Amino acid sequence: MRIKNNIICACLMLMALIVGNVYASPEIQSWRTEQGAKVLFVQNKMLPMVDVRIVLDAAGSRDGELPGLAKLTNGLLAEGAAGKDAQELAERFESVGAQFSNDSLRDMAYLGVRTLTDEQYMLTAINTLADVLIRPDFPQDAFERELARMKVAWEARKQSPSDIAEEAFFKAVYGEHPYAFPAGGTEQSLESITLQDIEAFYAEYYVASNATIVIVGAIDRKTAEEIVITTIGSLPAGKKPDPLPAVPELAEAKTVKVDYPSKQSHVHVGQPGMKRNDKDFFKLYVANHPFGGSGFASRLVQAIREDRGLAYSVSSYFSPMRETGPFMMSLQTRADQADEALSLLQSELDTYVANGPDKDELEQSISNITGSFPLGLDSNSKLLGFLAMIGFYDLPEDYLDTYIDNIRKVDRNDIKDVLKSRIAVDNMVTVIVGNGG
Amino acid sequence: MRIYITLVAVVTLVIGLTLFVFITDKQPYDDNAETGIQSIVLKNGMKVIVQENRRAPVVVTQVWYKVGGSYEHDGITGISHVLEHLMFKGTTDTPAGKFSEIIAAHGGKENAFTSKDYTAYFQRISNEHLELCLSLEADRMRNLLLDEDEFLKEIEVIKEERRLRTDDKPTSLTYERFNAVAFVNNPYRKPIIGWMEDLDTMKIDDLRDWYQTWYAPNNATLVVVGDVRAKQVFALAKEHFGSLKTAEIPQLKPRTEVQQYGIKRVVVKAPARVPFLVMGYKVPVLNTSDIKDDIYALELLSGLLDGGNSSRFSRNLVRGSQIATSVGANYNMYALHDSLFTISAIPANDISMDDMEAMIIDQITALQDELPAEEELARVKAQVVASSVFEQDSSFYQAMKIGIMETVGLGWEIKDEYVDRINAVTAEQVQHVARKYFLEDHLTVAELIPQSTDIQSVVNGVATGEDHAH
Repeated sequence: MRIKNNIICACLMLMALIVGNVYASPEIQSWRTEQGAKVLFVQNKMLPMVDVRIVLDAAGSRDGELPGLAKLTNGLLAEGAAGKDAQELAERFESVGAQFSNDSLRDMAYLGVRTLTDEQYMLTAINTLADVLIRPDFPQDAFERELARMKVAWEARKQSPSDIAEEAFFKAVYGEHPYAFPAGGTEQSLESITLQDIEAFYAEYYVASNATIVIVGAIDRKTAEEIVITTIGSLPAGKKPDPLPAVPELAEAKTVKVDYPSKQSHVHVGQPGMKRNDKDFFKLYVANHPFGGSGFASRLVQAIREDRGLAYSVSSYFSPMRETGPFMMSLQTRADQADEALSLLQSELDTYVANGPDKDELEQSISNITGSFPLGLDSNSKLLGFLAMIGFYDLPEDYLDTYIDNIRKVDRNDIKDVLKSRIAVDNMVTVIVGNGG
Repeated sequence: MRIYITLVAVVTLVIGLTLFVFITDKQPYDDNAETGIQSIVLKNGMKVIVQENRRAPVVVTQVWYKVGGSYEHDGITGISHVLEHLMFKGTTDTPAGKFSEIIAAHGGKENAFTSKDYTAYFQRISNEHLELCLSLEADRMRNLLLDEDEFLKEIEVIKEERRLRTDDKPTSLTYERFNAVAFVNNPYRKPIIGWMEDLDTMKIDDLRDWYQTWYAPNNATLVVVGDVRAKQVFALAKEHFGSLKTAEIPQLKPRTEVQQYGIKRVVVKAPARVPFLVMGYKVPVLNTSDIKDDIYALELLSGLLDGGNSSRFSRNLVRGSQIATSVGANYNMYALHDSLFTISAIPANDISMDDMEAMIIDQITALQDELPAEEELARVKAQVVASSVFEQDSSFYQAMKIGIMETVGLGWEIKDEYVDRINAVTAEQVQHVARKYFLEDHLTVAELIPQSTDIQSVVNGVATGEDHAH
């Protein structure tokens, strides 16, 4: 089996090389508006539709003393704008079949629309998007209603052992850093947010110099420019928010146990990991892949699910963010098996950090990452996601063109070095939620 | 991960009528976007369906089997899903775990899903590896090892899956018990993942029987969508699947649901903090009804209630009266058996479940008493037409639709009727189906009543109380 496998791999590397060279990344056109907003546009004429998304550094990390403020502000945009109420705005989008979407996460807030390119439909969709972005009214009744709904959502998170575990993990890893707090708010903050807070947040963060617009679809450059001018082009320039504080490294290990009456215990182990613009980004990404980032091919799935049947889902990943995002290992298992599963996670990590991946493992991972690269770009919605990421995190415009080369450059020594220098096995946060209550 | 899908979101499954858009659009489009669907049936009865699509040099392959939760009988619930997991546990040529390893090494993604009416296995991969996928799928269609040691480990994984997805999720638990009460003899009363007791007592021989019974080329459909030539796919399919032996596939008993003689209610008490309501009316589906107009009218009606933020539920219940935090409607017209038109809702703070239920019923009554406005119908239809274009953005979704319609016995051709049929639905037809099917005596209501979830935190051995807040 070993031998056969190596042959497959060797062929594969060759294949991957060929595919990589043949595959042409989409051509990205980019420019800036007069007010300083960034534009990324890919023309794709295959289907008569266009996706437009505006991304802003206006999410949970900008909440300040009021977790949930960014999410509520984002959620209220389409609840009343340019004198139209939520019903009228929704009817405008939906009468032309357009799909409005929005959300606010930890780093990134966004809003956008998917519409047919037929002119009469597209005009209505884009003009309504512009109303929502530029002219929100923040009506009092909508504010009260959406705040009440966020409180119910808060309650719902408290009945999910998975959400409880994630919240406890971020709190333990990030302490007082803005990443410590849930984007959906806390019990206290949801009692304190006022409409004035919302209006002030919008005025400060929904500005051109803090925004990127990405467009993918069957329109020409001129139409794209018109969409830009109609939407983001009418935002005031404003100013870019100050950089977020750096994330301090953990000084010691920490264990958080939360009793909850669930059948399974939810376990997270981790620490601050890397930034989206980290100099070691590709090395760390490849390093994690054979360990816990490649599903059934990974060591963690092999040791915990396949060999011992301890969990349905087990994985590790770096979640790169503007500032240092977390490195996390996660699993769920029947409460009485939690200790066994946890010590396996720890010993697998210790072994991997000490020795790095085998040669075969690394080759397979690189084949998988490079070979599957075209799968991530085979639809407008996936492409839109990539463009949003490139724009939001100020990644180089040739990010897609150089991606495969950047992955291939990573070798075993690089991985051994970054594992040792970037993962502090003695300073892990461990969160266990469950224990059968 | 091996996943199972309880309610596949195929609410607005649509395709075709791209013409509608192209006529009014002046821009030139590449003429190779769609070249239609082609299919053949191999001599052993296996159907092969190909949709060419040159958007990217990749391909989606899916093998669909006509077996799933609704094929099972009491005592072995969950067996179709267990077998799905074991399909990755090896053949003589491809030992346990190698299937996933080989696909991964070729830059592919693969997985599988089990639903009430089907089990499917898929790969997404660079188009030059199509043959690799077909040869691996053909191998495990008839040559699965079904080793007992592998089974004993995997069944524990599946129990963990059940704990994760159902036992520790109060809304899932409520749905499970809702289905179990709504139906008496229709097989949809059983959970796809299976009752825990059935998982506890399942034996490898049960799996061997199940595999021998259902996994054969004459009970399977291959769907391929992507940058491939249909001719080439047909040739490869013949080469790899053509020599596989057929099996005698049992005829399913109809198990048509018996008459319901009055409203049914079920209460679920579980650790939770947010109450939850599920209501369901017995309804037919395309497969079980001769009156297709009724089915499309029900589909459009679900759009009136829950199609977007301008729909009646959002307008009247979330915004207007503000009795619900969220409320949705669901109808799967592509089920194999008679199904349920369900409404699920979370009450706003301080609103009683009784009040919320009464106001949801008011919405149903309004559909029975008054004709919906033409403008409202037009809005749902506009969304359907637009979605029929949007969904072509995903090859995987295209393949899913073909696979589902073929596997429940409708044939993929029926999807081309969808947009026309929906566009033809009248206000009178909507009122007609609301009066015909939304009868109190055919209603089941399930209610989640939250039980205490005291949370105690201990950090490095020191109690910090209940609070994770700022």
